[in-house]
Amino acid sequence: MYNEIRTSFLAKVDNVMLARTVGVGFLVGLDLPLNFLNEVKTVISEAVTNAIVHGCLSNENKYVQLNLSYDAKNIYIEVIDDGVGIEDVEKAREPLFSTKLEEERAGLGFTIMEVFTDKLEVKSKLNEGTKVLMVKKYNEQMELS
Amino acid sequence: MSVNIQMSIRKNMLFVRLNGELDQAVTEKLKIRISELIDKYEIKYLIFNFEKLNFMDSSGVGFIIGRYSQVRRRNGRIVICSMNRLIERIFNLSGLKKICSVAANETEAAKIVEVM
Repeated sequence: MYNEIRTSFLAKVDNVMLARTVGVGFLVGLDLPLNFLNEVKTVISEAVTNAIVHGCLSNENKYVQLNLSYDAKNIYIEVIDDGVGIEDVEKAREPLFSTKLEEERAGLGFTIMEVFTDKLEVKSKLNEGTKVLMVKKYNEQMELS
Repeated sequence: MSVNIQMSIRKNMLFVRLNGELDQAVTEKLKIRISELIDKYEIKYLIFNFEKLNFMDSSGVGFIIGRYSQVRRRNGRIVICSMNRLIERIFNLSGLKKICSVAANETEAAKIVEVM
């Protein structure tokens, strides 16, 4: 049942669409509803965009990792960058908080990730990078049995 | 780019029809084009037709907020029409409905603008 992929790509915003496509493609065998897949697509887009724009400061020599896996119950989405890190993770997770509001960022990335998944874990170290892990349940029945 | 853009101007209204996906890569480029048109043609009302938009993340939200502050300087308004359910969820979650009007289609959007 268990399956996993690890991908790594340059920190370019043009690669965000690729990341979304990879995510949805990896899950195709699970036969999930369209609405569910759209949520996965959205959270991947948010996390990868954050890693590129905030983590790597759009430095196109850096790489962002997107790792996906699933077991019988959950989907695990991990986005890792070795960028600047987040000074205050709690604050960054607050709705509408953004360090780049002047660049028309809505400050909603983490909020959307929280709403569309079942668990969001953010680990970050200044000047070392950030790791975001999201867990999303897709098989509620497995929990009961 | 992951999107096709079609734009047209009628009086002080700019219609923007997006076909594809609205993310950071697209908004970075679209921002410049639309901003120039708004300034050049003194656009007051910006009408986004999202009928063929099948994806939008928070980059799209930031982009719309940016255009809102731009037309707001002329006492203008943003109307969004023909949203699908996923886009509507992002729209509601982000609070965009506090600053944008919603219409079923472009004709209705133009009507909303005319009574303003």
